[in-house]
Order: sequence, then C-alpha cells, then structure tokens
Amino acid sequence: MGKPVKRPEQSLSERAFLPEVAKGLTLTASRFFKNTFSSAEKGDIATVRYPEEQREYPERFRGVHRLTQRDDGSPRCVACLCCSTACPAQCIHIEPAEYGEGDPRQGYEKFPKVFVIDELRCIFCGMCVEACPCDAIRMDTGMHMPPALERDAFLLDKELLLSLPAADGSVKSANPRHEPGDKTHPGIDRDRSGH
Amino acid sequence: MSASLSVGQALLAAAGKSTFILGLVFAIAPLLVWAERRQSAMIQDRVGPHRASIRLFGRDWRLIGLLHPFADSLKMVWKEDFIPPGADKVLHAFAPWISLAPALFGLAIIPFGPAIYFEHLGDTLMLSPQGVPCVAGLANGVLGCTAAASPLATELQVATLDAGILLFFAAGGLGVVGAALGGYASNNKYSLLGGMRAAGQMVSYEVTLGLTLVGPLLVFGTLRPEEMVRWQSSSVFTWGFFLQPLAFILYFVAAMAETKRVPFDVPEGESELVGGYFTEYSGMKFGMFFFAEYVEVIALAAIAATFFCGGWQVPLLTDAGFVLGQLHVPMSHGSVTALRVGGFVIKVLVLIWFQLMVRWSLPRFRYDQIMRLCWRYLLPLSLLNIVVTFAVIVWLRS
Ligand code: SF4
Ligand code: SF4
Repeated sequence: MGKPVKRPEQSLSERAFLPEVAKGLTLTASRFFKNTFSSAEKGDIATVRYPEEQREYPERFRGVHRLTQRDDGSPRCVACLCCSTACPAQCIHIEPAEYGEGDPRQGYEKFPKVFVIDELRCIFCGMCVEACPCDAIRMDTGMHMPPALERDAFLLDKELLLSLPAADGSVKSANPRHEPGDKTHPGIDRDRSGH
Repeated sequence: MSASLSVGQALLAAAGKSTFILGLVFAIAPLLVWAERRQSAMIQDRVGPHRASIRLFGRDWRLIGLLHPFADSLKMVWKEDFIPPGADKVLHAFAPWISLAPALFGLAIIPFGPAIYFEHLGDTLMLSPQGVPCVAGLANGVLGCTAAASPLATELQVATLDAGILLFFAAGGLGVVGAALGGYASNNKYSLLGGMRAAGQMVSYEVTLGLTLVGPLLVFGTLRPEEMVRWQSSSVFTWGFFLQPLAFILYFVAAMAETKRVPFDVPEGESELVGGYFTEYSGMKFGMFFFAEYVEVIALAAIAATFFCGGWQVPLLTDAGFVLGQLHVPMSHGSVTALRVGGFVIKVLVLIWFQLMVRWSLPRFRYDQIMRLCWRYLLPLSLLNIVVTFAVIVWLRS
C-alpha cells in the first residue's frame, strides 16, 4: 500500500489559470521594462560584457599552476608524487631524479626531471596544492589558461611552471624552507643523526 | 477592385503590395530572432547576445546585437544539408516549403492600410454625407466636399476576396501538412512522434481557432478583412477587443498553440523528442521551418490586429486628419495613409512583443493538458461566445 500524498489545495484563481498567467506576465514584464529602460548599465543585469568588463576574482581564485622556487631558483618540488597521486584528473606527469654525487641535497630529497601539467585536462580542483607537503605547487597566479589553437600549448612543462609568478609578482612562497645542513632545520639530518 | 485600372497598372499595384508585405515579413523575422534573444535576456536579468560585429569605416559596429540574425543565417546557409539515410528524399526536401508557403500565403489577405487614391496623395479626402469618398475643401469656413474623388482606389491588401478570412484558415490548415510530412519523411522515430504531435495539436486547435473568430464575424457581418477594419472606424470602443474580449483571449491562446511555440511546443519538446519533426533537418531547410514559425507569429499578430485592434485605424484619425471634438487638424491623403500603415505595423509589433512575453513567461504544458485545454475549455467557451454574441445581436436588432 502506497502512502497517500496530500495534494496542495488550489484556490479558484489558481485553477482558472488565467489570473496566474497574468501574474506571471506582470512579473516578467516588470523585469523586462526595468532592465530595458533603466540606465543602460545597471538595472538588475547580473551578467557582464566579458572581456571588456571583468569581475574581480576572489583572493583564493584557483588559476593556472606555478611551481615555487627556492632561493637558488631551483624548484621546491621534491618529486614525492603526492600531487599526481591526489590529482583526480590524472593530469600531472612527474619523472623524479636523484641529485648528483656531492650535492648536499643528495640522499635527502629528489627533484623532478620532468614536470608536466595538462591544463586542458585539469579541472582546477586544487587537490594538488592541498596534497603538496613542500608548498611547491600553487595556483595563485590569478591567470586563466590563455587560449591556444594546439593542444600541445596546454602542456605546461617544468621551466614554464617555474617561471610563472604569483599574482603579487613573487616566484617564491612566503613559507620558510630549510635546506639540508641548515642549523635551523627542525628535523634530524646527517650531522645530527648520531650515526 | 476598380474596373478602370488597366491590367498593367493592376499588376504593378499587386506586385508593389506583395513586395511591401513580403518586405515587412523579411524585415520583421530577423528582428524577431534578435528580439527573442534580447528580450529573454532582459526578462532573465542577462545582457544577451551583443558581440556580432562588422568592420566598416575603420571601426567595429555592433548595433546592439542586431547583426546576430545575419550571422545566424549565414551560418545556416553554409551548414551541411544532411538527408538521413532511408529518408524519403523528395518529401524531406518539400516539407519545409509546405510549412513556409502557406504561412506566407495567409498574409495575402491582411489589409495593411486603407484604400489609397494615387491621384489624390496631396489632397485632403473625406467621406461625403452619402458615404462616398470625395476631395475636401473649405466651403464657407466649414470643411465639405468640393469635388468627387477619382474612382481609381487601390486597396492596400494583396488579395481582396469575398472569401477573405476563409483563405487564411485554408492556408493555415495546410501548415500542419508540412510539419507532419517533415516528421514522416525523416525516417526517425523522434521526428515521426513530433510530426504526429504537431498534427494532433494543430488540427485540434484549428477548430477552436475558426470558431473563436465566428463571434467577431457575426459582429462585423462580413468575411472581408478590409470591410471589418472599416467597421471598426468610428471609435476605439468599436474595436473588436472591446466588443469581443472573450474571443480575443480565446483566439490568442488558440493561435499561439497553432504556432507550436512555448508553452505549446510539445511537437519539438527537446527533453523527450530531441527536436521533434525537424530533428533530421539541418542548414537552410531547418532555417525554413524556423522562418515559418516566425511568419506564423507575424500572421497571428496581423490577424489579431485586424480583427481585434482596429487594423490600420489610428485613434482619432479620420480620412481628413485628426479630429478631437471641435479641434480638426486637416492632413493630406498621403500622410493619413502613411500614418495608418505605420499604425498597423506598430500594432503588429506590439502584439508580437506580447507573444514573446508569453513565450518567455510560461512553462510548457503536458500534451494531455494541451488537449484538455483545447477540447474541454476553449472549444465550449468559443461555442458559448458564438451563442451569446448571436443572442445579443438578435436582441439589439429586434
Ligand atoms: S587542480 Fe586538480 S585536476 Fe588540476 S592538476 Fe591539481 S589536482 Fe589535478
Ligand atoms: S609538487 Fe609537491 S606534491 Fe607534487 S611532487 Fe612536487 S613536492 Fe610532491
């Protein structure tokens, strides 16, 4: 047995339909006249004439990615693959590599030999930024991906990503970073490990 | 039509009038595409399309989006004209024509202006006490007839027929064939369903449409549209709208259903039928269905203006100029005619605007609701209107 659903009562004017039509028409007509004849700019128009007019984006707008730089200009990225693992669109491609013999970073961290983001496939969800333990990837450029005629133009490589500045012009991150061997480094390193 | 016009003159006049009415339609139809998009934008608090531009004299002209219809039609001309495999090629090609031609044909009986006397364009004309047009002049300070008008009058109407409005119904009845054939010839289930829905809906509303206009016909006592407009000349309150308000509403509803537009657009319901009977049409063939729809909108407005809004009558404007009580502004026949044609065009535009308002305000009916509305409400009401009108006329005459 189904449960009987009580239908809403309709008043006489609602059932006669025409008065309701008149009501609806009055509403739409009032919008029409207001928007057509009030000063051309406003009225209640909610859309803008993009690209001539542009809205200001919120501060946390997620634009094209960038890779943040260290003091020496190399990427902060340690090629941990957290971002490419988190990425739901699977559009980040990273090939990690070891630092060379004698490099103080060798044995501590890797670096991305190849770092490519397919901006056509990206859904701009920001998961990569959330996942990154090193504050190495950010979406604070405030830019749209500029249009292009070829798909390849949307594959941003490491050099390009590194060169993109944040909306405030900086290519670094405001968060501090401790290089291996740095005495202020809070963790354990080779010298302090007691081995 | 006066017998003293030579064949050549008559042909010339007919060509001129056809050109005017076709020109009007071909001018209003793109305007309608534009109006539909911009008006809906205004209703929905949007800016609407305004970007199509043309580069002339070193700058881009956008003309508040008026160029979009032209861009659209260019696009349609260049699109692939696809005929689905298994379709009936001949019928598939003919259906859009069968849809468009009757819609244009019906416009032939619309009187878009009063009878015009080409010899008297500069004179002031008036009706003599016997009801015959004559040249007016001041005799002893009073406006009166000074000379008989030339008998060479040209009705501003392509076809002056005794059958008059019946021709319009006959042509309108053919329109359904185009939609049904288009659906049938496409070899597509959705098209066929759309065609059947269109046929069912249009045939049903055809009945109501005809019967609603019987009321005004009884009042005017003629089938000739030009006579009807003259009948409504004495004041605004003799316009069909005031004498037959119920018929006006019924006519408007039924005619909107005939145009197959929202809220009566189930024949092309996108959500369940893709595009209805023109699913399989592309390019200019689709454009013709589209155009036929707009011609029907214009025809609806033109008939409504003729029957219910005094046709080319402009309030207070008589043959001899504006008259308000003692005040009389004499005007030449030429300018009076121009004003009246202008008045007719404005009425048509306002009625079209109203149709667009309805189209963007009301949601679509279900198919059973459409049929119920037609057979259970509109039809009995239109019959009631006829009976009441008839009774009142008999009562007034006795
Ligand atoms: S924004 Fe989302 S989709 Fe784009 S790269 Fe980052 S994780 Fe992947
Ligand atoms: S960008 Fe961040 S998360 Fe991605 S690989 Fe580099 S360090 Fe790891």
